[in-house]
Amino acid sequence: MIISQNPQKIKMKRYFTCFMMLLPAFSVQAASEQNSQSVLTNPGVLITIALILIPLLIVVYLAVVKVRNLVKKVRLREAIEQGNEILNALKDDDLNTLEQELIKRKAAVDYSLNDHELGGDLKAEDKKGLIHQVNEINTARFIPSKKRSTIRPKVDPALSRLVIWYLMSATFWLVLGTSIGEYLGIKFVSPDVDHISWLSFGRLRPVHTNMVFWGWCSLAMIGLGYYVVYTVSNTVVKSLKSAWYALWLINASVLIGSISLMAGINNAGGEYREYIWPIMLLFAIGLVITLFNYIQIIAKRTTKEIYISNWYIVSAAIFTVVITLVAYLPFWQNGLGETIAQGYYMHQGVGMWFMLFSLGLIYYFLPQQLNTPIYSYSLGILAFWTQILFYTVIGTHHFIFSAIPWWLQTTAIIGSMGMLIPVAAGTTNFLMTMKGNFHKIGSSYTLPFYLVGIVFYFSGSFQGTAEAFRSANLYWHFTDFTVAHSHLTMYGIIAFMLWAFIYTLVPRLTGKEPKHVLVGAHFWMAFIGLLFYTIPLMIGSTLRGIAWQEGQPFIDTVVTMAPYWLWRAIGGSLMWASHLIFAYNLYFMIRQTDDIDTQTAVFDQLKKIN
Amino acid sequence: MEIYNHHKRLFTIALVFFLALTFFAAIIPAYQAQENNAPLPNSKPLTEQETLGKAIFVKEGCIACHTQQVRNVDMDKVWGDRPSIAADYAGNTRTDIWRNTANLLGSERTGPDLTNIGIRQPGKDWHLLHLYNPRSVSTGSIMPAYPWLFEVKENSNKNDIKVMVPNEFRQGIVGDIVATPEAMQLVAYLQSLKQTKLPDGKPVPIFLYPKPESKALAGSNNGSVELDGKSLYAVNCQSCHQENGEGLKGAFPSLKGSQIVLNDDPKTLTTIIMKGYNGRVSEGYGLMPAVGSNNNLKPDEVAAIMNHERNSWGNKARKVDPAEIKKIIDLIGK
Repeated sequence: MIISQNPQKIKMKRYFTCFMMLLPAFSVQAASEQNSQSVLTNPGVLITIALILIPLLIVVYLAVVKVRNLVKKVRLREAIEQGNEILNALKDDDLNTLEQELIKRKAAVDYSLNDHELGGDLKAEDKKGLIHQVNEINTARFIPSKKRSTIRPKVDPALSRLVIWYLMSATFWLVLGTSIGEYLGIKFVSPDVDHISWLSFGRLRPVHTNMVFWGWCSLAMIGLGYYVVYTVSNTVVKSLKSAWYALWLINASVLIGSISLMAGINNAGGEYREYIWPIMLLFAIGLVITLFNYIQIIAKRTTKEIYISNWYIVSAAIFTVVITLVAYLPFWQNGLGETIAQGYYMHQGVGMWFMLFSLGLIYYFLPQQLNTPIYSYSLGILAFWTQILFYTVIGTHHFIFSAIPWWLQTTAIIGSMGMLIPVAAGTTNFLMTMKGNFHKIGSSYTLPFYLVGIVFYFSGSFQGTAEAFRSANLYWHFTDFTVAHSHLTMYGIIAFMLWAFIYTLVPRLTGKEPKHVLVGAHFWMAFIGLLFYTIPLMIGSTLRGIAWQEGQPFIDTVVTMAPYWLWRAIGGSLMWASHLIFAYNLYFMIRQTDDIDTQTAVFDQLKKIN
Repeated sequence: MEIYNHHKRLFTIALVFFLALTFFAAIIPAYQAQENNAPLPNSKPLTEQETLGKAIFVKEGCIACHTQQVRNVDMDKVWGDRPSIAADYAGNTRTDIWRNTANLLGSERTGPDLTNIGIRQPGKDWHLLHLYNPRSVSTGSIMPAYPWLFEVKENSNKNDIKVMVPNEFRQGIVGDIVATPEAMQLVAYLQSLKQTKLPDGKPVPIFLYPKPESKALAGSNNGSVELDGKSLYAVNCQSCHQENGEGLKGAFPSLKGSQIVLNDDPKTLTTIIMKGYNGRVSEGYGLMPAVGSNNNLKPDEVAAIMNHERNSWGNKARKVDPAEIKKIIDLIGK
């Protein structure tokens, strides 16, 4: 049984090895597995062949150049001879006219504009203050300068304070939650790093996931939601007192929840519902307060129609109340009922809360930032209803091939395929909104975050569909592929979008911008870190899935993963460091002290002199 | 369109739509799974000790890396004799007023599946050592160590369960390392994890995506293709006797140079593999479980393991023939 190798598998493995060739860093691993294969498919041999071919190609190239030069020389000699023959045949008079003609022709061919045809002699002056960004190029520009955020009408200070507090809390949980995540990543490489029960892997893992879910993403979304719901309803702020209660309730829920998980008190295993119900109740009350506030604001709107952002945001809050009830009410949780409820809950949590809410936010922020209307309202409507139709039924795709009824698994797989409709509609809508504005990306420090969020929205969601297929599930289920996928989506989509929104909104609230260089550092470290985190994990877990199918001893497949886990920890470190920079940027935007502004300083000095 | 101008209508329609789908895809199937289900007639409910052990399993978050579900696909055959069915989980009810039902199916298999661990690894001594520090028995393991389930005693008394931790994992501890009641509860729970046999007459669900029958299995008795003894040893024996065959001092005996392993007559070795062994318990070694019978090893597989043991780590003995082993197994009765 163990030595039998399906020929198809070997073929697959070979294709896979070819793919690995592209990533020399990982090829060593594959090479050791391939010793029984034909020499020509051995990556080491292939690389060597390629390396030998490079100088050979250069030799061939040089030879061709030599031959071409030789041919040219011969042709030139022929041309000179022909010219001499013609000259000898001509008379003196003919020669003079010919010379005149040639001089004229030469002047015409050589003519070029001198760049001053349209200019004047007057000095340039900006009388109306239209020039905002003077870009001096007398120094080497190692880092291209970015556009400053545009000044917007003043936001109600009470609302502004509320949003900033939500964002500060969220950022606190982001830094703490990903520090824990980073530590967990280290534990894969060095399992004996500590022997403290409160810090052991099994207890700490849910602390990380719940903290970034309910602490970071949820609080940031709710805070940004207040601004968007108000703004697109075009109404005034009455009282926000209950929003403050919600903030403290949710913060308390995450704090108490994390401590209780570390103490070993959990809800018996279901992912993302590890908080026991009294703790989750605090979050739920906060959520209901938020929902109530949002609906009240919309009820008082001064516009006739409800802007699309508000459908998404309010629906996300309504659905999440339902989802939490389904997950925590005990009437259908015995026997396998618990697992079916779990499948529903864990996927609706990400799809109906985080994704739907973030989509609502991007329908406001993206057109705002590009200064252009959303490409298509109808696509938004299509995406909205199809997301509800398909997403609601796909929960059980986390339990494919399990004891859950087969028809329910099939429904989930079909629903996963159906998700391509809202994803394609949404992506098209966002990219078409960006169309014609792509040149703005290079000069903006927020748009790259939008672009990455949108791209991962497409690729991450599509990957989720692919993973749900029964044949793909065979390879990837139970491996770290799931972990890579959840980071591509929760981090690549949700976190990147939230950063885009925060960098867009906070300068409007406080009038202070972050240092553009540091925003760039945040962006690149998070982005590259995410790729280092996910790509090796996906490669390693595919190899592991293949090894499981071949029936290799389990412990060997643990050892196989070691280098990929190391890469994950390296990528994770980059991501984590970028969050520290983000936290500093947020602090920089909301700190109380005034900026040292040369312009104001000069004017102050001038006033004194006068 | 009209509904997009009326928030009450819009959000009510969205909610009703979502609720209808939720009932269809979650609440009704979950309720049905709860109601139309009963535990298998010969399944045993957990004892008090085992229930306490399950609580520790939940408390330590073991589900983060260990599944408890055998899927109906061929690659999961190593984790159980049959795919898990709904009835296997039917006995699970709400833990207490604070905590939900613990089915513990899991979604990550960073470590092995535990559905059948009670059959695969019944030894108490192995579990205790493994919990104290997994790397003491399995070098490549990345499982966390659980030293807080153990205590150090200067002078342990007779009733204490001492754990023979190898020196390099003692971290300077001089006294005896003794299992706490919690450790014993957790081990009891792990030992209780066994797939219940389906009652006679009930159709056994099949494993999907079977591997094509290889020649090695079809004509194994001819010895035309030899099985990979090293892999089989790794799956079945290595966790105790180690990859280098030297076992662990004071816990699991060495196979290197062992007279039983090298004996020209393979009868004793076959019997120990198939039936287990308690001959060296008095020396402090653990009880050897009936690995061969528990894991349904076939004669050619047993022969491959024995040939690996007899010709590795400096051991040298004649190769045994699967037919010869089959005879012995038939003789001693399965």
